[in-house]
Amino acid sequence: MGKISRRSFIKGSIATAGAMGASAVPLPASAKGVGAGELATLIDIGKCIGCGACVEACRETNGRKFPEPKKPFPKMYPPRVRTADWSDKRDVDDRLTPYNWLFIQYATVNINGEETTLTVPRRCMHCTNPPCADLCPFGAARKLKNGITRIHPDICLGGAKCKMVCPWDIPERQTGVGPYLQVLPNFAGNGAMFKCDRCFDRIDQGLVPACIEACPEDVQTIGPRNEIIAAAHARAKEINGYIYGETENGGTNTLYVSPVPFEELNKALEKGPGMPHMEPVADSMALADNLGMALLLAPIAGIVAGFIKFTGFSKQKSSQDNKES
Amino acid sequence: MEKAACNPYPSKAMTRFYMAVVAVLAFTGFGQMPIFKRYYLADIPGLGWSANFFVTHAIHYIGASLLFFIIAYQITGYFMRGRHYYSLTRSGWARVIFLVGLVVTGIFRVLKNMPDIVFSPNFTMFIDFAHLGFAMLFLFSCLGFLLFHTGWCEEDATT
Repeated sequence: MGKISRRSFIKGSIATAGAMGASAVPLPASAKGVGAGELATLIDIGKCIGCGACVEACRETNGRKFPEPKKPFPKMYPPRVRTADWSDKRDVDDRLTPYNWLFIQYATVNINGEETTLTVPRRCMHCTNPPCADLCPFGAARKLKNGITRIHPDICLGGAKCKMVCPWDIPERQTGVGPYLQVLPNFAGNGAMFKCDRCFDRIDQGLVPACIEACPEDVQTIGPRNEIIAAAHARAKEINGYIYGETENGGTNTLYVSPVPFEELNKALEKGPGMPHMEPVADSMALADNLGMALLLAPIAGIVAGFIKFTGFSKQKSSQDNKES
Repeated sequence: MEKAACNPYPSKAMTRFYMAVVAVLAFTGFGQMPIFKRYYLADIPGLGWSANFFVTHAIHYIGASLLFFIIAYQITGYFMRGRHYYSLTRSGWARVIFLVGLVVTGIFRVLKNMPDIVFSPNFTMFIDFAHLGFAMLFLFSCLGFLLFHTGWCEEDATT
């Protein structure tokens, strides 16, 4: 990590070690046994010191889920298809990769006339209506009832459609793993896609995600989405700040509170492959939702049209039959 | 059963409309898999849109709406008059079964995409693969029936 020492690195390290040594932190009582509700997380950007404890905790906790590709990779056809191999660059932690599902993004902004570098933990936004899960043709990307969106590596073929439809281009591909190796390795698929699964297995055990547990500054909180939204508004009011994620892409289960407007923050962020933006995002599934409603109404229109058409035909036919008889 | 009793319904215009809708659905349906860009289809002038998943998805929904309209229209007609005049062939019944499978799994896929509706991962995967499976069965059967001139209705080889 290149720019860790913004504030006291020693302070962060000590606090991180303490947090890592502590016993597993359970989910808050309000988040346990949540039935229909979804869990969301709130990231308070103003509290983050960029120590990277969340990044390390994510890598340690989820390391067993990281891909172990078989090499050499199958030759891809047509030749335009490129492989993606991060297996020799597992240490990269300044962007999203199949081996790094959370990273710290930097933005130098002006707060009250003072130049300040903000550090922003970035990972999957876990949309409330995720296009990656909606549009995955094989059900590999799926939304869970607790608001987590995860990609199952044993089903994903690595076509990267999820990345193409994600407003933040979050999922990252690793070639040489996944079921495509058993199907048509040269002609279909290209590995598997990887991204934050918000520690779904820890959540199932009633624990908080590793990144939340490891944070020495309590940057992140988790709870039912309505409570997290209320907390985001309360915090934004307290610091005269701004919220991201409440309405972006129709609403996400990752919300940010920032002391500066997100337009300003987004301009200052270093963006690029594996480094997502913080622009306003319209609901990418809104058109499909509207067309879906139309689709469900189409049969009614068909019945009405058929009734009008064939009622006339039946009368005509009856009169013809009467004449013939 | 006289051919004359079957041929006026569905009309040739309706048959062509139905075939066009099925073609659009098949194209945009396969376009939901990331293959059009990979295999240069989207590079053909005028077909660049086929690599945009949101565009093909929207067209697929519109096509499905039209198919639902046609199916509802035809079923209404069948019960209002058709059942007294014609009966379906075996291949017709096969297509009905595959179409019903496609429609039912398609409805569940649409529901899955709605906000606030979440199916279990296994059910979602089943629906996804079943929809693809029924599509393959339907299209291959249509191709076979086309080659063997097997129509929907008894003594009707036009559709």
